[in-house]
Amino acid sequence: MEQLLNTLYVMTQGAYVRLDHETLKVEVEGSTQVQVPLHHLGGIICLGNVLISPGVIHACADDGRFIVMLDHVGRFKARVVGPTTGNVLLRRAQHKALDDSQKTLAIARNLVAGKIRNARTIVLRGAREAEEKEDEAGLRETANRLACSLSHLERSTAIEEVRGIEGEAARTYFSSFARLIRADRAAFTPKGRTRRPPRDRINALLSFLYALVLTDCLAAAEGVGLDPQVGYLHTLRPGRPALALDLMEEFRTVLADRVALTLVNRRQITPDHFEERPGGSVYLNDSGRREVAVAYQKRKQETVTHPLLERAEPLGMMPHIQARLLARTLRGDLPEYPPFTYR
Amino acid sequence: MEDEDYTIAGFEPVFLSALEHYSYCPRQCALIHVEQTFDENIYTLRGRAVHQRVHEVDSFSEEGVRVEHSLALWSNRLGLVGQADLVEFHEGVPYPVEYKYGKYRERDIEHAAVQLGGQAICLEEMTGIAVPKGAVYCHNSHRRYEITITSELRSKVQAITAAVRAMLLAGELPPPANDKRCRNCSLNAVCMPSAIGDGSKARSLVAGLFRL
Ligand code: SF4
Repeated sequence: MEQLLNTLYVMTQGAYVRLDHETLKVEVEGSTQVQVPLHHLGGIICLGNVLISPGVIHACADDGRFIVMLDHVGRFKARVVGPTTGNVLLRRAQHKALDDSQKTLAIARNLVAGKIRNARTIVLRGAREAEEKEDEAGLRETANRLACSLSHLERSTAIEEVRGIEGEAARTYFSSFARLIRADRAAFTPKGRTRRPPRDRINALLSFLYALVLTDCLAAAEGVGLDPQVGYLHTLRPGRPALALDLMEEFRTVLADRVALTLVNRRQITPDHFEERPGGSVYLNDSGRREVAVAYQKRKQETVTHPLLERAEPLGMMPHIQARLLARTLRGDLPEYPPFTYR
Repeated sequence: MEDEDYTIAGFEPVFLSALEHYSYCPRQCALIHVEQTFDENIYTLRGRAVHQRVHEVDSFSEEGVRVEHSLALWSNRLGLVGQADLVEFHEGVPYPVEYKYGKYRERDIEHAAVQLGGQAICLEEMTGIAVPKGAVYCHNSHRRYEITITSELRSKVQAITAAVRAMLLAGELPPPANDKRCRNCSLNAVCMPSAIGDGSKARSLVAGLFRL
C-alpha cells in the first residue's frame, strides 16, 4: 500500500509469461519482448490468449500480487488468488452492516455523494472548457441538477431512495456526456448508455475502461480483506462483485471518464481504433486497447490530495485507500465512511 | 499452526512477537494480531528473506556453545507461543537472541526486551533451567544488546500478555496513539493515525459532502 506498483498488461496474443529467478519475462514467438523485476509489479493482467507459467502464478500468490485474466475485449474471466487470509472479524462486520438498515444507508449515501460530486466536477470542468455557448449552458444546467440530487441525497432516509437518486443523477450526467466531447463529434456521440454490448464508440471505450477500474477495485477490496461480493449500494446477486462495484462508483468519472475524454479530445483515440461487429456492437481493436491501457496507467500515476489523508498520493492508490477506509468504518474505527472526492 | 496451539492451557495463546508490538503501541499490536492488516512492501519482503535464513530449522555447536535456530517456544503457564530466532546454550543454560532488521533504534530495545523476557520465561518452563540473560541483535549495526531478565521484566511480560489476550478476545482496535511513535512506525500507512484521529475529521468531511 505504501507505493503504487505497476500493473503489467499482457495483450499480445500468444504471449508466454514466465519467471526467470526474480524477473518476469514476456516472450512472443520465442523471443523476450519485456523483462521486469517481479518486485516492481503489483500484479499482472492478461488479455485474451496469453499463457502464464506456474512459476509466475505461485510467486504471485505467495506475495499477494494479483493475476487477472480478461478476455480479448476486457471482460473479466478469472483471477488467481492465494490462500484465504485477512480478517474474519472484518468480513463478519461486513455482513452485519448489511443487516443494519442505518449502516447500509449511511455507507451507500456517502458513496453516492462522492460519485455525484466527482461527476459534477467533471461537468463543470467541461463547462469551463466548452467551445460553444450552448454546450457551456447545457453543462452548467447538468451541474445544477447534480447539485439538486446531492441535496435530495442528504435528506434520503432509505436505501431505495439513495438508489433512485443515484440512477437519476447517472442519467442526468450521461445525457450531457456528448457535450464534453470536443473532437470529431460525428464519430463519438454516444447513443445513450449501452453496456452489453456497447453499441457505439464512446460506450466501447467506457466499457473497456470500466473493466480496468473494476479490476483495480476488486484488487483493492481483496487487498484489505473485504469480501468483494458483499456490497451496500449494489444489491447482492450471485457472481456479482457488489462491493467492488460500490467502490468503483467514486472512481468512474475520475479514472475512466476523464481518460476517455482526454483520449478523444486530444485525438489519441480515433475511429480507426474501433471495430464494428455484425449487428451493431462496437469494440476497441488491438491498437485501441493498447492506447487506452497506457493512458489509464499514466492517469493512475497522477497525484491528487486525498480529502481525509490530506496527503498527495497517486490516483491509482485511491481505491486501496478507500477500501481501507471502508474496512475501518465497518470495524467501528471510523464513525462515517468518507468517500473519495477531488477538485 | 497446529490445532493444539490454539488450546494451550485452555486460553487464547499470545504470540511472543505480539508482546513487543503491544509494548510499542497497543494499536500496532491490534493491527497485526487482530486485524491482520500486514502491509508487505518490498522492504519487508526483503526482511523476510533474511529472516527466512535465520529461521531455517537447524542446530550446530561451536566452542562448547550449542546453537539452535528457529526453536519453537511455549509457556503453558502464561499461554505464550512463538519461536526464538536463535537460542545459545552456554554450558546448558539457554540464552535467547532476538534478531531485529531494518533501522532498529536503541530506544526501541525496551520493547524487544519484553519479547525476549517472554522467550526466557518459555525456555525456563521448557527446560527447567533458570534463564538469567539474553540478547537483542541488530542486524544492520551488527550490535548485540544484552538484556538481564529481571523480576520487573518478568512482571511486565505477565501484564502485557494479559493485556494482549484481553484485546484478542475483545477483537477491537484501540484508537491511534497519534504521537511521536507514529513517525517511525512501519504500519503508519495502514494505520492512518492522523486521518483516523478521534473520528472528527471524517465526521466533518462527510458533513460537508452534501453542501456545495
Ligand atoms: S502509526 Fe502510531 S498509532 Fe498507528 S500503529 Fe503505529 S504507532 Fe500506533
